[in-house]
Amino acid sequence: MNAVVVHNLSKNYGKKNEIKAVKEISFEVSTGELFGVIGPDGAGKSTLFRMLTTLLLPDNGSASVDGSDIVKDFKAIRNKVGYMPGRFSLYQDLSVEENLNFFATIFNTTVKKNYDLIKDIYVQIEPFKKRKAGKLSGGMKQKLALSCALIHRPVVLFLDEPTTGVDAVSRKEFWEMLMKLKSQGITILVSTPYMDEAGLCDRIGLMQNGKLLSVGTPKEITASFSQTLLEVKSENMYALLQQLIAYDSIMEAYSFGEYHHAVMKENFSIEKLQQYLEEKGNKNVVIKNTVPTIEDCFMQLMKK
Amino acid sequence: MINDIIISAKGLTKKFNDFIAVDHISFDVYKGEIFGFLGANGAGKTTAIRMLCGLSLPSAGKASVAGFDVYKQTENIKKTIGYMSQKFSLYEDLTVKENIRFYGGIYGKSNQFIKEKTGWLLQRLHLENEADKLVGSLPLGWKQKLAFSVAVFHEPRIVFLDEPTGGVDPVTRREFWNLIYEAAESGITIFITTHYMDEAEYCNRVSIMVDGRIDALDSPAALKQQYAVDSMDKVFLHLARTAQRVDS
Amino acid sequence: MNQFFSFVKKEFFHIWRDKRTMFILLGMPVIQIIIFGFALTNEVKNAEIAVLDQSHDAASSLLVNEIKASRYFTIAALLHNPDEIKTTLQENKAKIILVIPSSYGNDLKHLNAAQVQLIADASDPNTATTLINYASAIIQDYQQRINTNIQIPFAIHTQVRMLYNPQQKGAYSFVPGVMAMVLMLVCSMMTAITIVREKETGTMEVMLVSPVRPMKIIIAKAVPYLLLSFINIASILLLSVYVLGVPINGSLVLLLAESILFTITCLSFGLLISSITDSQQTAMFISLTGMFLPTAMLSGFMFPIENMPLALRMLSNVVPSRWFYEIVRSVMIKGSGFEDVWMQTMILLGMTLLLIILAVKKFKIRLE
Repeated sequence: MNAVVVHNLSKNYGKKNEIKAVKEISFEVSTGELFGVIGPDGAGKSTLFRMLTTLLLPDNGSASVDGSDIVKDFKAIRNKVGYMPGRFSLYQDLSVEENLNFFATIFNTTVKKNYDLIKDIYVQIEPFKKRKAGKLSGGMKQKLALSCALIHRPVVLFLDEPTTGVDAVSRKEFWEMLMKLKSQGITILVSTPYMDEAGLCDRIGLMQNGKLLSVGTPKEITASFSQTLLEVKSENMYALLQQLIAYDSIMEAYSFGEYHHAVMKENFSIEKLQQYLEEKGNKNVVIKNTVPTIEDCFMQLMKK
Repeated sequence: MINDIIISAKGLTKKFNDFIAVDHISFDVYKGEIFGFLGANGAGKTTAIRMLCGLSLPSAGKASVAGFDVYKQTENIKKTIGYMSQKFSLYEDLTVKENIRFYGGIYGKSNQFIKEKTGWLLQRLHLENEADKLVGSLPLGWKQKLAFSVAVFHEPRIVFLDEPTGGVDPVTRREFWNLIYEAAESGITIFITTHYMDEAEYCNRVSIMVDGRIDALDSPAALKQQYAVDSMDKVFLHLARTAQRVDS
Repeated sequence: MNQFFSFVKKEFFHIWRDKRTMFILLGMPVIQIIIFGFALTNEVKNAEIAVLDQSHDAASSLLVNEIKASRYFTIAALLHNPDEIKTTLQENKAKIILVIPSSYGNDLKHLNAAQVQLIADASDPNTATTLINYASAIIQDYQQRINTNIQIPFAIHTQVRMLYNPQQKGAYSFVPGVMAMVLMLVCSMMTAITIVREKETGTMEVMLVSPVRPMKIIIAKAVPYLLLSFINIASILLLSVYVLGVPINGSLVLLLAESILFTITCLSFGLLISSITDSQQTAMFISLTGMFLPTAMLSGFMFPIENMPLALRMLSNVVPSRWFYEIVRSVMIKGSGFEDVWMQTMILLGMTLLLIILAVKKFKIRLE
């Protein structure tokens, strides 16, 4: 069964509905799946999540969560989903413990009842349970907010940009927690602007300007990258990039961490490129074939 | 690159009561360099940047920015630096032009200078048609590029960038970095924090803060070699995982 | 029910942990009452007045007795000669002098109009004005009383500005006013602010995606402020009775019941504000201009409604605190029963129902 079914969902803002935040999106998420909505700020991820959590009414299309319609059965959905908005929505002047207890009671449950579910996460912040939520660091707030969103054992969990502004270590830990939750059978929809997190999801949807560019497993998406991708480096990376962009057999070149990535046209030759770059005065030129990442795919899809 | 030191810190320390937020950090930043200032949340980056920008007095140690002392010459420091953060940079309810005008004005630039440079800048950012639109209506990526341009508008010697690219799409992020490279080429020193580890690779040198200390400082290539890993991501994880401080 | 209590508990935590605001909320009525009481009881109480009675007849001594009987003035000297006026003021024997001309008794009898003169030491203009106003009010009042016994009414030229302040203590009029203002502040403004704050921090989003019924959230938000209001009402009443000596002449039960009604009016206004605003600043601004200022200006507490231009008088009719102010003044000071204030009560009740309906209609169960 599908935990989430979205069909042609659209949402407009503005006085004349001129801002189209979400444009006819369709996708499905199977029960127990970890589904990532990947896209930059302003892509429409939050609007999509707010429609699915019944906070916004769609202008067009339909969607259901765990079999309940997001418009008609909104009360049913509110009973069975967990939602963690972008800004960790905690009561800053309540302590860690008070926040958790409060969220438990409003969902008509107790911390004790579902402790097993949040135990792994909560033990990390338990030493600070008397501390006010406002005094926690980003990483700890994130863990507390997740505990609060989980405390009623939701069927589907919506996490809107849980890792934004959080450092690499905390992000990694957070994804490890999500993996554990997934193994407990909870369907998870998570949105993120970090492309490198895509690989951790079962399936992903790449989102840009209110549209889904592509949906599939990370492997399917990277396999759809049709051109050859090279990685190139030399001693002067800035000049190198300009030279790559100017080169005939290169469709596109952009920096990518330690290397530059070059998307090649069909008739290219590594030897000729090497020769060209050395003639331009580059030293220690390294050219290698490389496998496209989600970020490469995203950029290619964006330009289509 | 001429090795002129433009930022120098020696034993720079900041204590909040018993808590040592920044613990005797020492480093030099060279003129025209892109200096990556990395660290986990709560490692002390923000506190360190505040001291360097003259917003907070150090508890101990020495530091100078563009030759000015961080204890006594904070006013001079503020005139020589530019600053941009992810959270606040531009007034959303002012137009693109008005924002540029305002920032030019607070740094005491002449009307002539502002006028000429505004035209050039709008052209450079392809924002000619958006000049009279409210900044709030622009996509995030454009805002960030504009914010950076505004931060270097008064031709500062150093610009501090605090997570400037968070949430920006991959294409715009690279355009943003092109602006950074250009600024660096023109001699402006870039001091940048980021959570994107691929961006760490773009820096000339990178420092990594752990528990208020600087535990590593070198070029990305040298750091990867030192820790025998193939990416800055792994260098960062390796170091950040040694943190004792449970974030405060 | 557990859900609800846990909500109310949380609200109390919010209030309790914001010590500064809590102090203002609880301290404000006390300070207001004391400031008003102190200022008003000190200013005109047994002020020294000198009388130069040139008429020396029955009518003039009646007027002098009237002044003497008032608790505001004590007669410091009876003058005999107009030359003494200057010296009396200069030597500070009196701050104000009542001059009754020799024709006073005759004029009153035959012309139905007479003049008296009030001379005050205006080196302290505020005190002088106050004293003049009080003295005129006493004379005015006296004239009105003799009017009722006489077929042809006197022409009255005295200023009517001080009419609202009759031969009673000033405290009588400001205790109901302070009550209206404090309730307004605590209930309207604070309720609006606390709900809008949850919108700002994003917690409202999470609340809406929970099974809690939105009305429950709202009522739970109101409960603590209802309680705070009781404390405030109690402290205002206790202070007025025991410190200012303003008695509660009417039924305490009626007074409290009316206060509860007004509290609910304010709460529903606060709710209405919270559903149409998204920032704490706007909420505060709307409640200040929408409720607080009208309470101060148009309820009759600071400026008498009777003296307002027609437009403002009409406007004052839609200000709930105007009716509450009238009710409290009647019940507390005049000792009126429900039969005297039922109309005002009905108006207030109607306004409350209207506000509640509007607030519930406007309340959003979603984000838009």
